[in-house]
Amino acid sequence: MININQGFAQGSSWVHQLDPRIKIITIFLLATVLAVGESIVMLLQALVFSSFLILSAKLDLKEVGKRLMVVNFFILGIWLFVPLTYPGEALFQVGPLSFSIPGVIYATKITLRSNAIMLGIIALLSTSTVSSLMQAMRYLYIPEKIVYLFFFVYRYVHVIWKEFNRLHDSMLMRGFKSETSLHSYRSYAYLIGMLIIRSYDRSRRVYEAMLCRGFRGEFHNLDELSFSSRDLKIFSGILFFISWIIIVEKGVFLV
Amino acid sequence: MIELKNISYQYQNGEQVLDDFNLTLEPGDKIGLVGPNGSGKTTLFKIIMGLLAPDEGEVIIFDQPREKEEDFIEVRERVGFMFQDSDDLLFCPTVEEDLAFGPLNLGKSKEEAKEIVQETLKLIGMEGFEKKVSYRLSGGQKRMIAFGAILAMQTEVLLLDEPFSGLDEDAIERMVGILNDTDRSYIIVSHNGELIERVTNKLYYMNE
Repeated sequence: MININQGFAQGSSWVHQLDPRIKIITIFLLATVLAVGESIVMLLQALVFSSFLILSAKLDLKEVGKRLMVVNFFILGIWLFVPLTYPGEALFQVGPLSFSIPGVIYATKITLRSNAIMLGIIALLSTSTVSSLMQAMRYLYIPEKIVYLFFFVYRYVHVIWKEFNRLHDSMLMRGFKSETSLHSYRSYAYLIGMLIIRSYDRSRRVYEAMLCRGFRGEFHNLDELSFSSRDLKIFSGILFFISWIIIVEKGVFLV
Repeated sequence: MIELKNISYQYQNGEQVLDDFNLTLEPGDKIGLVGPNGSGKTTLFKIIMGLLAPDEGEVIIFDQPREKEEDFIEVRERVGFMFQDSDDLLFCPTVEEDLAFGPLNLGKSKEEAKEIVQETLKLIGMEGFEKKVSYRLSGGQKRMIAFGAILAMQTEVLLLDEPFSGLDEDAIERMVGILNDTDRSYIIVSHNGELIERVTNKLYYMNE
């Protein structure tokens, strides 16, 4: 999910100031552990950790909530179907429908997992500017092409979105009503087709404009990243926490 | 500086936009091109920059014939081309990076680039915009920054495609002032006959 407005990137908390390389590594490790982890206690701890990051970054909680809604909208679907279809002992029954205990546990895990990851991403990645993330990605030897892809998607999603709105508005201005009819579907197909053609044309023009400004396939950065001793301390803390949740996950302690 | 001899260009759909076209830009020339839509004004600029190859004719820029892609690398470093749509030109997250993009490509150091960014912002009257997000600017602001991005390259020649459209009066006055003060040569395309007369010393009309 791309933070189009970079609204969260402004701020002065320690989370904002953290070196973007640390942020990327952290989110990568955290997401990996959470994605394969099964222990509810571990997932809960990770959720607390992510929430702690959000609070430390002093983000507008209402905005954060809005973004979480998107993810949880899909999770709602999981809650609707998984407990009903998962085999296992029934928790309770409503008529012919039975909610299985393993199903409920499974859905809970998915909920915790995705929310913890999303909160982590919001707290860490959206608090950096895109250019600093790009630079960090390059330091981490992420292939240039992927970095540029990320960069251009970020830059032009907004333009394409505006283009979509412009076209859509002009449809509405001419009395278009969205309904279940062939005309409606065809019009939407035209809209999407036009969007693709325009995006393609735009990408060509952007590339031409870059060539005209002396671009020869290499980007130069304006700001340097700096790794402070505070970054090192925080990074050690984060690594310690991630090791801890791996230990919890592995059940070295009784859980 | 720029010499176009007997240029012809035809679109893929067969439409002839330029037919035996000739144009010369000498140092100190400030040329205005006026013509109806579809008369090939933008095509002409693209031919000068090497983005399009003419079907016939000769392109001579800085006393060198230019034919292949490699020939135009130097042209692009010495000629600034301002696109009609600023969204095509501005692609960096922040204004500062957009203005520095050209200078960095030309091999300037970071410090030099930052200095150029400051000078340019001052010149176009938009100090304090460094960290603003390019695409969230208004249409007129974007155009001014796009203009700045071309000025920042400090090229000898400017090609300006409809630079005034979407600007408010203040911004137009600023741009007119900058163009009248500069000793760079330029070719400018605009529908606004009155404005174009204020900033040029030669005026050509193009027919369909």
